[in-house]
Amino acid sequence: MSNERGYHDVGGQDFGPVPIVEGEYQLWERRVDAMMRMLSSPGVGLMKFDELRRGIETLGEDAYAAEPYYGKWARSLCKILIEKGVLTQDELDQKISNLRSERGLAE
Amino acid sequence: MSEALFNVGDRVLVRDLQAEEGVQGHVRAPVYCRGLIGKVERICGVFGQPESLAYGGDGAPKQPLYRVRFSMSDVWSDYAGEAADHIDIEVYQHWLRAA
Repeated sequence: MSNERGYHDVGGQDFGPVPIVEGEYQLWERRVDAMMRMLSSPGVGLMKFDELRRGIETLGEDAYAAEPYYGKWARSLCKILIEKGVLTQDELDQKISNLRSERGLAE
Repeated sequence: MSEALFNVGDRVLVRDLQAEEGVQGHVRAPVYCRGLIGKVERICGVFGQPESLAYGGDGAPKQPLYRVRFSMSDVWSDYAGEAADHIDIEVYQHWLRAA
Protein backbone atom coordinates (compact mmCIF):
# COMPACT_ATOMS: atom_id res chain seq x y z
CA MET A 1 0.00 0.00 0.00
CA SER A 2 1.10 3.55 -0.66
CA ASN A 3 2.19 5.77 2.21
CA GLU A 4 0.73 8.79 0.45
CA ARG A 5 -2.73 8.43 1.95
CA GLY A 6 -4.46 11.81 1.90
CA TYR A 7 -6.37 13.00 4.97
CA HIS A 8 -9.59 12.56 3.00
CA ASP A 9 -8.88 8.90 2.18
CA VAL A 10 -10.10 7.40 5.44
CA GLY A 11 -11.66 4.07 4.34
CA GLY A 12 -10.93 1.36 6.88
CA GLN A 13 -9.97 3.63 9.76
CA ASP A 14 -11.96 3.32 12.94
CA PHE A 15 -14.28 6.28 13.46
CA GLY A 16 -17.03 4.32 15.20
CA PRO A 17 -20.65 4.33 14.04
CA VAL A 18 -21.76 6.81 11.37
CA PRO A 19 -23.93 9.53 12.95
CA ILE A 20 -27.23 9.78 11.07
CA VAL A 21 -28.50 13.38 11.14
CA GLU A 22 -32.09 13.99 10.04
CA GLY A 23 -33.12 17.36 8.68
CA GLU A 24 -33.49 19.64 5.69
CA TYR A 25 -30.57 21.16 3.87
CA GLN A 26 -30.13 24.80 4.83
CA LEU A 27 -30.47 27.58 2.25
CA TRP A 28 -26.71 28.23 2.10
CA GLU A 29 -26.09 24.52 1.44
CA ARG A 30 -28.61 24.51 -1.42
CA ARG A 31 -26.95 27.62 -2.81
CA VAL A 32 -23.47 26.11 -2.72
CA ASP A 33 -24.81 23.01 -4.48
CA ALA A 34 -26.55 25.16 -7.09
CA MET A 35 -23.39 27.22 -7.69
CA MET A 36 -21.31 24.12 -8.32
CA ARG A 37 -23.91 22.66 -10.68
CA MET A 38 -24.14 25.96 -12.56
CA LEU A 39 -20.34 26.35 -12.80
CA SER A 40 -19.93 22.77 -14.06
CA SER A 41 -22.85 22.86 -16.50
CA PRO A 42 -21.94 22.42 -20.20
CA GLY A 43 -22.97 26.00 -21.02
CA VAL A 44 -20.68 27.48 -18.34
CA GLY A 45 -17.90 24.91 -17.99
CA LEU A 46 -15.86 26.87 -15.45
CA MET A 47 -15.33 23.98 -13.03
CA LYS A 48 -15.21 20.19 -13.01
CA PHE A 49 -16.17 17.98 -10.09
CA ASP A 50 -12.64 16.57 -10.21
CA GLU A 51 -11.35 20.10 -9.53
CA LEU A 52 -13.83 20.49 -6.67
CA ARG A 53 -12.53 17.25 -5.15
CA ARG A 54 -8.89 18.26 -5.62
CA GLY A 55 -9.65 21.61 -3.95
CA ILE A 56 -11.22 19.82 -0.97
CA GLU A 57 -8.23 17.50 -0.70
CA THR A 58 -5.87 20.49 -0.48
CA LEU A 59 -7.77 22.68 2.02
CA GLY A 60 -5.53 21.35 4.77
CA GLU A 61 -6.36 18.74 7.37
CA ASP A 62 -7.70 21.21 9.96
CA ALA A 63 -10.16 22.90 7.59
CA TYR A 64 -11.19 19.50 6.24
CA ALA A 65 -11.97 18.27 9.75
CA ALA A 66 -13.70 21.49 10.83
CA GLU A 67 -15.95 22.15 7.83
CA PRO A 68 -19.28 20.45 7.21
CA TYR A 69 -19.91 18.83 3.83
CA TYR A 70 -20.98 21.97 1.93
CA GLY A 71 -18.47 24.09 3.85
CA LYS A 72 -15.77 22.02 2.15
CA TRP A 73 -17.49 22.63 -1.19
CA ALA A 74 -17.71 26.40 -0.59
CA ARG A 75 -14.05 26.67 0.38
CA SER A 76 -12.97 24.59 -2.59
CA LEU A 77 -15.15 26.63 -4.99
CA CYS A 78 -13.46 29.83 -3.80
CA LYS A 79 -10.00 28.29 -4.01
CA ILE A 80 -10.43 26.95 -7.55
CA LEU A 81 -12.17 30.10 -8.89
CA ILE A 82 -9.35 32.26 -7.49
CA GLU A 83 -6.79 29.88 -8.98
CA LYS A 84 -8.49 30.26 -12.39
CA GLY A 85 -8.70 34.03 -12.14
CA VAL A 86 -12.53 34.06 -12.16
CA LEU A 87 -12.44 35.76 -8.73
CA THR A 88 -9.65 37.46 -6.86
CA GLN A 89 -8.96 37.02 -3.17
CA ASP A 90 -9.47 40.80 -2.76
CA GLU A 91 -12.94 40.66 -4.35
CA LEU A 92 -13.90 37.78 -2.10
CA ASP A 93 -12.56 39.46 1.06
CA GLN A 94 -14.34 42.71 0.13
CA LYS A 95 -17.66 40.93 -0.44
CA ILE A 96 -17.40 39.05 2.85
CA SER A 97 -16.52 42.28 4.65
CA ASN A 98 -19.50 44.12 3.08
CA LEU A 99 -21.92 41.35 4.02
CA ARG A 100 -20.61 41.33 7.57
CA SER A 101 -21.17 45.09 7.96
CA GLU A 102 -24.65 44.87 6.37
CA ARG A 103 -25.62 42.21 8.85
CA GLY A 104 -23.93 43.81 11.85
CA LEU A 105 -21.43 40.97 12.31
CA ALA A 106 -17.92 41.41 13.70
CA GLU A 107 -15.07 41.57 11.21
CA MET B 1 -10.14 6.86 -25.82
CA SER B 2 -8.67 3.67 -24.34
CA GLU B 3 -10.36 0.46 -25.47
CA ALA B 4 -12.07 -1.63 -22.80
CA LEU B 5 -9.61 -4.36 -21.77
CA PHE B 6 -11.89 -6.19 -19.35
CA ASN B 7 -15.29 -7.87 -19.48
CA VAL B 8 -17.87 -8.60 -16.81
CA GLY B 9 -16.57 -11.47 -14.65
CA ASP B 10 -12.86 -10.83 -15.33
CA ARG B 11 -10.49 -10.91 -12.36
CA VAL B 12 -8.63 -7.63 -11.92
CA LEU B 13 -6.05 -6.29 -9.50
CA VAL B 14 -6.15 -2.65 -8.35
CA ARG B 15 -2.80 -1.04 -9.07
CA ASP B 16 -1.11 1.56 -6.87
CA LEU B 17 -0.04 4.21 -9.38
CA GLN B 18 1.25 6.40 -6.55
CA ALA B 19 3.78 3.70 -5.63
CA GLU B 20 4.35 2.30 -9.15
CA GLU B 21 4.62 5.49 -11.16
CA GLY B 22 4.92 8.25 -8.57
CA VAL B 23 1.50 9.69 -9.46
CA GLN B 24 0.82 12.56 -7.08
CA GLY B 25 -2.14 14.72 -6.22
CA HIS B 26 -5.77 13.89 -6.89
CA VAL B 27 -6.59 10.22 -7.52
CA ARG B 28 -9.83 8.28 -7.12
CA ALA B 29 -8.83 4.73 -6.11
CA PRO B 30 -8.98 4.64 -2.31
CA VAL B 31 -5.92 3.26 -0.51
CA TYR B 32 -7.84 0.41 1.11
CA CYS B 33 -8.59 -1.36 -2.20
CA ARG B 34 -5.12 -1.13 -3.77
CA GLY B 35 -3.40 -4.46 -4.33
CA LEU B 36 -6.68 -6.35 -3.96
CA ILE B 37 -8.18 -8.69 -6.56
CA GLY B 38 -11.85 -8.42 -7.44
CA LYS B 39 -14.21 -9.27 -10.30
CA VAL B 40 -15.68 -6.86 -12.83
CA GLU B 41 -19.38 -6.53 -11.99
CA ARG B 42 -20.22 -4.07 -14.80
CA ILE B 43 -18.77 -1.45 -17.10
CA CYS B 44 -20.12 1.94 -16.01
CA GLY B 45 -19.13 3.95 -19.07
CA VAL B 46 -16.14 5.89 -20.35
CA PHE B 47 -14.90 9.03 -18.60
CA GLY B 48 -12.00 11.49 -18.60
CA GLN B 49 -9.10 10.70 -16.29
CA PRO B 50 -9.59 12.40 -12.92
CA GLU B 51 -5.83 12.91 -12.45
CA SER B 52 -5.95 15.27 -15.45
CA LEU B 53 -9.42 16.81 -15.06
CA ALA B 54 -8.63 17.80 -11.46
CA TYR B 55 -5.93 20.19 -12.72
CA GLY B 56 -7.80 21.72 -15.64
CA GLY B 57 -6.63 19.10 -18.17
CA ASP B 58 -8.84 17.51 -20.82
CA GLY B 59 -8.83 14.04 -19.21
CA ALA B 60 -7.55 12.31 -22.37
CA PRO B 61 -7.32 9.49 -23.11
CA LYS B 62 -10.73 8.71 -21.64
CA GLN B 63 -10.85 5.52 -19.61
CA PRO B 64 -13.51 2.86 -19.13
CA LEU B 65 -14.78 2.86 -15.55
CA TYR B 66 -15.52 -0.54 -13.99
CA ARG B 67 -17.57 -1.47 -10.97
CA VAL B 68 -15.36 -4.08 -9.29
CA ARG B 69 -16.72 -6.48 -6.67
CA PHE B 70 -14.47 -7.47 -3.78
CA SER B 71 -15.11 -10.01 -1.05
CA MET B 72 -15.35 -8.22 2.30
CA SER B 73 -13.03 -10.80 3.87
CA ASP B 74 -10.38 -9.90 1.24
CA VAL B 75 -10.75 -6.20 2.03
CA TRP B 76 -10.78 -6.49 5.84
CA SER B 77 -8.59 -9.24 7.28
CA ASP B 78 -10.62 -9.35 10.52
CA TYR B 79 -14.04 -9.30 8.79
CA ALA B 80 -16.55 -11.24 10.90
CA GLY B 81 -19.68 -11.00 8.71
CA GLU B 82 -21.18 -13.41 6.18
CA ALA B 83 -18.71 -15.07 3.78
CA ALA B 84 -20.79 -13.88 0.79
CA ASP B 85 -20.63 -10.20 1.81
CA HIS B 86 -18.97 -7.96 -0.75
CA ILE B 87 -18.25 -4.34 -1.57
CA ASP B 88 -18.38 -2.73 -5.03
CA ILE B 89 -15.85 0.00 -5.84
CA GLU B 90 -15.70 1.93 -9.11
CA VAL B 91 -12.16 1.96 -10.53
CA TYR B 92 -10.81 3.42 -13.77
CA GLN B 93 -9.13 1.05 -16.24
CA HIS B 94 -5.67 2.62 -15.91
CA TRP B 95 -5.73 1.64 -12.22
CA LEU B 96 -6.40 -2.04 -13.05
CA ARG B 97 -4.46 -4.99 -14.44
CA ALA B 98 -5.59 -8.53 -15.28
CA ALA B 99 -5.28 -10.97 -12.38
